[in-house]
Amino acid sequence: MTSFLDYAPAPESTSILHLRQSYGLFIDGAFVDGHGRSFSTISPATEEKIAEVSAADAQDVDAAVAAARRAYQRTWSRLSGADRGKYLFRIARLVQERARELAVAESLDNGKPIKESRDVDVPLVAAWFFYYAGWADKLDYAGLGPNPKALGVAAQVIPWNFPLLMLAWKIAPALAAGNTVVIKPAETTPLSALIFAEILQQAELPDGVVNIITGAGETGSLLVNHPDVNKVAFTGSTAVGRAIAKSTAGTGKKLTLELGGKAANIVFDDAPMDQAIEGIVNGIFFNQGHVCCAGSRLLVQENVADEVVDRLKQRLGTLRLGDPLDKNTDIGAINSREQLDRIRELSDIGEAEGAQRWSADCVIPDRGFWFAPTIFTGVETSHRIAREEIFGPVLSVLTFRTPAEAIAKANNTPYGLSAGIWSDKGSKILAVADGLRAGVVWANTFNRFDPASPFGGYKESGYGREGGRHGLAAYLGSAGSAPALTRGAAQ
Amino acid sequence: MTIDHAMALAPAQRATELIGGELTEKSLRLHLEGLPGVDAVGLEARAASLGTRSIKTTSKAWALDRIISLIDLTTLEGADTPGKVQSLVSKALLPDSGDPGTPRVAAVCVYGDMVRYAVEALGSSHGLDNGHGGVNVAAVATAFPSGRASLAVKLADTRDAVEAGADEIDMVIDRGAFLSGGYGTVFDQIVAVKEACRRADGTYAHLKVILETGELNTYDNVRRASWLAILAGADFIKTSTGKVTPAATLPVTLLMLQVVGDWHRLTGERIGVKPAGGIRSSKDAIKYLVTVAETVGEEWLQPHLFRFGASSLLNDVLLQRQKLTTGRYSGPDYVTMD
Repeated sequence: MTSFLDYAPAPESTSILHLRQSYGLFIDGAFVDGHGRSFSTISPATEEKIAEVSAADAQDVDAAVAAARRAYQRTWSRLSGADRGKYLFRIARLVQERARELAVAESLDNGKPIKESRDVDVPLVAAWFFYYAGWADKLDYAGLGPNPKALGVAAQVIPWNFPLLMLAWKIAPALAAGNTVVIKPAETTPLSALIFAEILQQAELPDGVVNIITGAGETGSLLVNHPDVNKVAFTGSTAVGRAIAKSTAGTGKKLTLELGGKAANIVFDDAPMDQAIEGIVNGIFFNQGHVCCAGSRLLVQENVADEVVDRLKQRLGTLRLGDPLDKNTDIGAINSREQLDRIRELSDIGEAEGAQRWSADCVIPDRGFWFAPTIFTGVETSHRIAREEIFGPVLSVLTFRTPAEAIAKANNTPYGLSAGIWSDKGSKILAVADGLRAGVVWANTFNRFDPASPFGGYKESGYGREGGRHGLAAYLGSAGSAPALTRGAAQ
Repeated sequence: MTIDHAMALAPAQRATELIGGELTEKSLRLHLEGLPGVDAVGLEARAASLGTRSIKTTSKAWALDRIISLIDLTTLEGADTPGKVQSLVSKALLPDSGDPGTPRVAAVCVYGDMVRYAVEALGSSHGLDNGHGGVNVAAVATAFPSGRASLAVKLADTRDAVEAGADEIDMVIDRGAFLSGGYGTVFDQIVAVKEACRRADGTYAHLKVILETGELNTYDNVRRASWLAILAGADFIKTSTGKVTPAATLPVTLLMLQVVGDWHRLTGERIGVKPAGGIRSSKDAIKYLVTVAETVGEEWLQPHLFRFGASSLLNDVLLQRQKLTTGRYSGPDYVTMD
């Protein structure tokens, strides 16, 4: 053996998966063929086809929304909160039972390392369902006044970076609040949602309460613009979010948007340094940087900047890039060729604008989509890599001299989703957090999620909150504002 | 305890070179208190994530053999006898009588009065560096495990073990002094013990400094004590005596590795780390190997820079090793007691 650190391969077996050759749309409790042009979902690590997936056209979207409406009127809105909770608890337990299978499917389809899908994504999915299951019969105490009402049918469109987790973020509060759902996973990552559909069948969730339709942007557009939906929830790019805000304006649909970010991760000179290095790595290289709240701008105090960058480079040298299903992989595949092209383009622009590029020395596999962990130093606030969301494993390093400058630079972005602060001094953390315009501020940690904690943005990062008690508000109206058909939903 | 801040400390070479000027209680304190803090949540999360590495097949085989060669096979009981020590030495030299290819451990670790029996039992196999796979003798000293004795007694304890042929001295720091802010006292004692490790021919027994992290309680204290021990001349920093709970933990060991990594970056010098106590299974020991390799690098995975202080660990590794060869798990009766 040449080196202990060349750990022998430890791949998670795919034998636990029982995939079908092709998947239909999950409408009214059953898989049906779509009328759009079906497409393949591939593994971004090998570019090999995993399964053929149906695409929903206008007719299919109509059918899905109609099924959701029917289920809302006939069953879901008539169930007591306690009974809705039972279904959610059942789903949560089934997710736990099938955790390994879901984790393998997620890593296969998305490209994220199995250690993340196994230790982060899937456990959080179960946690989300457990958490909102508990709320289902306690809506009177959600702070929205007595007897809040469900909205009706929720149209939900989710991204490819955390396919199953975003599905849970959307479905769990919607069902707990008494709504029915039509959800569209991203076209590059439909697999875990389709396995989740099987879980819904196993849980014997009444037909039509959750409908899962696959397809590209056009299907999403048909869904959110469908006249019979009461609520639209979208997570994805700011450009698409803006289009949805325009098209839903004046329709009476309630809208929540969770969009892009360009988070500042602020490291002060009195930070717990070894942990700060880990936090910077976790902030931007977690999930290959495909995280809307990623700490993509490192703001480091000038007097420790060289040391931080040196240590960071050393640490990045130990990250293992490769097969997402290998249990020792730290950095998996980029989700799609399209995304890889965008990361490459912005990185080249960074170099052209005069920032210094450094990439970890790792072997890039021959097939699939990969990008080595990369740091840009000498980045100025005017550079595009300091302003635009790259959504990849690329960190821009900027420096500051005083807390006031750190706050000013952190806020100097059209986004405002998240931020991080590293300091051993509690009073400084509180004072700086107070000045940051970001929906989530992490102190001496980064990218931590919990179903009890609300999550959402300022400015171009969107509006509305997901998670916690606040997350329920997105799916409930006060007693007086409810549509006529919501009778009984909150009982 | 009253502390005289102007008190001059023993001019240990590393400390004077790093801190500069005349070394005093105050200059040492300023240095230690200026170290960056440790965030406990982050440290423990990092240790836990290193613990999830999956070490299989060829990597596992290499790791198991390497673990054996890093063990300080230990007996530290009031009931120890020359016979018990002789038996321990036999086990150290031939860990698995069914497979003579099994590596030998790095050292046997005993109380000072048992050193001569260990040396005698090892005979020509004495000495890790004797050129044919020998085993060192390590002795605990300085009123181990509590360290509650006068400096004169501690030094006599140390000299006694070195004269009897100990290659390594595992000393304990004065935790009482450390916790009450007497960094200079702890420092001077380590310097004095180091000097007591000097042999007649001018060479030194290797000095391992036990911090007893279970009594230091906070990670910030562990980091300061690690720096203090290194500045005073430690060749190794060691977590625990094994007599206090908690003994070695992965986060504490990770933290101490970070300190020796910092020291290496700063000076180019490599200091050893020895977690001791509580590491009983191969699975746990492999987590430590991963933590060493990914924190300070693979070059630390050799007996001059990393040790496990353990007794029952060896047999678990041997069982795992047999399993890799035969494909079956055997039981405790298929490895020798000691």
